[in-house]
Amino acid sequence: MTARRIAKDQPETFAWTKESRAEVNWWLKKYPGDRRRSAVIPMLWIAQKQEGWVTEPAMRAIGAELDMAHIRVMEVASFYTMFNLAPAGEHLIQVCGTTPCMIRGSQELNAVCERKIGPKGELSADGKFSWMEVECLGACANAPMVQVSTRTSDHYFEDLTPESLEKLLDDLAAGREVTPGPQNGRQTSAPAGEPKTLTDKKLYDGSLAKPVTLPNTAPKENA
Amino acid sequence: MLEDKDRIFLNLYGRHDPGLEAAKLRGAWNATKEMIDMGPEWIVDQIKASGLRGRGGAGFPTGLKWSFMPKEVRERPHYLVVNADESEPGTCKDREMMRHDPHLLIEGCLVASFAMRARACYIYIRGEYVDERLALEKAIKEAYEAKLIGKNNVHGWDFDVYVHHGAGAYICGEETALLESLEGKKGQPRLKPPFPANAGLYGCPTTVNNVESIAVAPTILRRGAGWFAGIGRANNTGTKVFCISGHVNKPCNVEDAMSIPLKKLLEEHAGGVRGGWQNLKAVIPGGSSVPCIPADACGDVLMDFDALKELKSGLGTAAVIVMDKSTDMVKAIARIAYFYKHESCGQCTPCREGTGWMWRVLERMAAGEAEPEEIDTLLEVTYQVEGHTICALGDAAAWPIQGLIRHFRHEIEERINDYRNRKPHVVAKALRAKAAAE
Repeated sequence: MTARRIAKDQPETFAWTKESRAEVNWWLKKYPGDRRRSAVIPMLWIAQKQEGWVTEPAMRAIGAELDMAHIRVMEVASFYTMFNLAPAGEHLIQVCGTTPCMIRGSQELNAVCERKIGPKGELSADGKFSWMEVECLGACANAPMVQVSTRTSDHYFEDLTPESLEKLLDDLAAGREVTPGPQNGRQTSAPAGEPKTLTDKKLYDGSLAKPVTLPNTAPKENA
Repeated sequence: MLEDKDRIFLNLYGRHDPGLEAAKLRGAWNATKEMIDMGPEWIVDQIKASGLRGRGGAGFPTGLKWSFMPKEVRERPHYLVVNADESEPGTCKDREMMRHDPHLLIEGCLVASFAMRARACYIYIRGEYVDERLALEKAIKEAYEAKLIGKNNVHGWDFDVYVHHGAGAYICGEETALLESLEGKKGQPRLKPPFPANAGLYGCPTTVNNVESIAVAPTILRRGAGWFAGIGRANNTGTKVFCISGHVNKPCNVEDAMSIPLKKLLEEHAGGVRGGWQNLKAVIPGGSSVPCIPADACGDVLMDFDALKELKSGLGTAAVIVMDKSTDMVKAIARIAYFYKHESCGQCTPCREGTGWMWRVLERMAAGEAEPEEIDTLLEVTYQVEGHTICALGDAAAWPIQGLIRHFRHEIEERINDYRNRKPHVVAKALRAKAAAE
């Protein structure tokens, strides 16, 4: 486990924007009336998207709304590693470093980040970027990969090489449009090259939508 | 190779539209009303007869699990919770199902919930899968608008599906930690019993199933338990989505028959091992928590629960991590040990302290900076962590290290010897200590 603490410098106040408030209300409707605390993770996430990180006043506000002790909210925020407890870069680069990515060269990606952004966990000179190594992001057939989190998106960029990551970072810095997904032209997690499976046209011509009689539905004889 | 007509996930790679109309053309939501009309017992019996074993790693028979739910709803409502917290290193299959074939999952949620008399289902998706969550929400909205789910839907079973998300904790893939997290707490596993079927989400009867287990259910009912049971070997039936990563020429996800030979799987779908089969060093066949198997055992092993168990490994989530001869096995396993250290929830001492200890020792061993006797000490510690914790994370942290020592002990020993040969003063110090002891 990892010990995580909240930042020393904290803003004075927190308030939901109109958009965030609407989103929070939408989430609260998902849970039974007396189980509103279930919304604590989605609410912390919305607060992080709004502020860029999870501030202490935000945790207090969420606790007050959900009728949870402040410490219970802080416990959740510090337990789950996707919550930034201190300001992060506008583009937070998360390099997956677990074994499937490691054996396909994630350490070389770390080196690119170090060179182009700076030391792990620190803001870049222009204040726009920060990077960290994270644990398995669940895109192992497209290793190595990174997730780039901003206020509005959390896209995966997959099948990277040091060169393509460098280009991605340059494009992000220059504000150019980037395309998430595999960066080597491959179709999602399909094997590279000509498809060998799911090529039968009958699967897609609508014949599977024709009425079917369910098997094993005849009444049992002795029933 | 499994024929296309026997595949369940027809849009695994997102080559087609994931939307409702296109999904219907591919057979989703076909005859769902007829399934519901047959009643809960019929559904559970069919799933039992199909031989479907849970696809989340443990391989528990799905139909049997469903039958543990109370047969009548009393004062507490029933819940189905879908475990979409896919985080086992090597595993990336549920992600494709949720973003490309979401309607199979939603249909499965309806059918499974009806079979267990649940009126609500929560899909707990890992926090990092933001795009996948939005894709799933979109599909759920379509299903509501088409009255396939929701109040007064065309299937005659009032039913709601909600997506909930985590925020980066592997442990929430453990079913009771997931329930804690869904209730708004830290994801720390609960002691069992009580099992979720008696007291799960909000203290109500709950069943937690993996995405794949739920998403295959409607197709099994449509095509018949016998069809599914006819694929693979006895006790290891059906189709399975395999995730192939690491040192292969074409890493991929692919659906094929259970019990497919490992070598065939790698060569037919993943373009073979990088540098040829003889360049293979080891394979982790079921996600990072199962022990690795060395190359000489990979030639004829079948990819199923029972065959891999015989090799003291496991099918797990069928996430195949391939490692060629260039791999530093000690480092590769040390990185897995770091993962478990990072993800331990901190609740049980053997795991909280043990995972960190095992990782630090492995890091030293990877550098050769260890005593040869420490290999046995490390092995002994893995057995002291295994089975002594509330949940299986302790076991999952111990098994890969046991696999490393079982098959690659020589590599650790060589590393230690190399280090000593490079550092004569270390050798001299050890000799002096030995002389002093005598």
